Amino acid sequence: MSLAAQVGHLARRSIVRTLRQPASSIPPLIFPTALLAVTSAGLNSATRLPGFPSSSFLAFFLAFPFIQGALFATMNAGTDLARDIQTGFLNRLALTPMRGAALIAGHLAGVVTMGFVQACFYLTVGLIAGVSLATGALGAVTILALATLIALAFGALGAFFALRTGSGEAVQGLFPLLFVGLFLSSMNLPRNLIEIDWFRFAATVNPISYLIEGVRSLIITGWDGQALALGFGIAAILALVSLAAASWALHERLTRT
Amino acid sequence: MRVRAFFSVALAVAWRVLHNVFTTPALLLPSLVFPLFFFVAFAGGLSRVSKIPGFHFAPGYTAFQFVFVLIQSAAFGGVFTGFGVARDFESGFARRLLIAAPRRGGLIAGYALAAVARWMVTATILTVVALAAGMKVGGDGVDLFGLYGLALLVSLVGTLWATGVAMRVRSMQAGPIMQMPVFLTLFFAPVYVPLSLLRGWLHAVASVNPATALLEAGRSLIAGDPAHVALAFAAALALATGFTLWAWRGLKSAERAAA
Repeated sequence: MSLAAQVGHLARRSIVRTLRQPASSIPPLIFPTALLAVTSAGLNSATRLPGFPSSSFLAFFLAFPFIQGALFATMNAGTDLARDIQTGFLNRLALTPMRGAALIAGHLAGVVTMGFVQACFYLTVGLIAGVSLATGALGAVTILALATLIALAFGALGAFFALRTGSGEAVQGLFPLLFVGLFLSSMNLPRNLIEIDWFRFAATVNPISYLIEGVRSLIITGWDGQALALGFGIAAILALVSLAAASWALHERLTRT
Repeated sequence: MRVRAFFSVALAVAWRVLHNVFTTPALLLPSLVFPLFFFVAFAGGLSRVSKIPGFHFAPGYTAFQFVFVLIQSAAFGGVFTGFGVARDFESGFARRLLIAAPRRGGLIAGYALAAVARWMVTATILTVVALAAGMKVGGDGVDLFGLYGLALLVSLVGTLWATGVAMRVRSMQAGPIMQMPVFLTLFFAPVYVPLSLLRGWLHAVASVNPATALLEAGRSLIAGDPAHVALAFAAALALATGFTLWAWRGLKSAERAAA
């Protein structure tokens, strides 16, 4: 069987499994949207701060669900793969001529598909709520591309943790850490408006800030080359490093098996 | 004799819950870490919000957010206890408890007692961190007693709500049902700015949300300028009474299922 066919089979399994688990597919849609609604309404008066870059907090905050949705992708990808390890499915796969690259690519196909669906959902919610994109239709396509790349990057990170630990609980334990990373970023205010020095420093060195700012620039600023280069660049680096780490972890696990 | 049996059951259940929580880091840490994390994220990251025209809160934004996080930790401490009740039902332990307890109402009281004790640890740590972060307190001892008393009632309300759900659903699948209404009730209130600065649908919802009364009274107490405190306590007591009935009927539902 060709590599493409192997990827296809595993991708189909991954996608079907994701769609069949409402507990995996619904919260990534509901929770970020609920937070978008309450935070954008609660902090709308922040747009009156001198130097705030938008007259709509909803437009400013719309980047947040894309990143939080990607965090859910990490957990789902990792938990599903860990379950495969715990149930012995991976060991049975290892007895077949399947290639490691096919396993990871096929597994991540479900995550990327879900990431794309989520991104479409958030974008639609934003547009229905009255947000207009500063970059127009092409900007919407770029947002979807960036969001999908981010979902791939975090999904690969989840796969790496699952392969290293072989435990769904350990992967779940990663969520608070990533959640802290999300909140210690520029998600609520632009970095130049963060008053507390250590918080501004944390947000500046936090790569998640640049992922958010990449998406946000397309919504409220326009075509900002620097923000996009940082957003796509960091997402691509994270994806490459995570994929390499996941491949190595898979190799190690299959060797041990 | 009946009162003694009730307290005997309550204390045994409370002891077991507390022993489980304080000897299992996976159960203890989320209820300690999440409030601290929300406090840091909101009070640290959003302090510039206090510069919005019309925002007036003398003790500062740290104290403003402290009250929200204190109330939130109390409510979610109750929800976390509800997870434990659901776990007990899922594992079959609660069924054995129902058989063994001479006064089954003591089970609810035990869970509530444990939740309050657990929250007191969280509140102590949160307060120490807030004071270390430079939080200013305008209220005197009586005001602060009122603030913590209010939060304690919220902890009780959260526990009774989550226990009622857990006793009806009797599965960990009930987690989102316990969490989401509490989350939405708290966030449909003036979390980031005072009610007067909210606009649109959130202002309309927050104006009739009982959590608004709790937050505004709590903030007035920490500022040393008590306002609407009687209304807040009345709302908290009414909720506690209503959810006591809710939990009690949940217990009856569990009894019928176990029979």
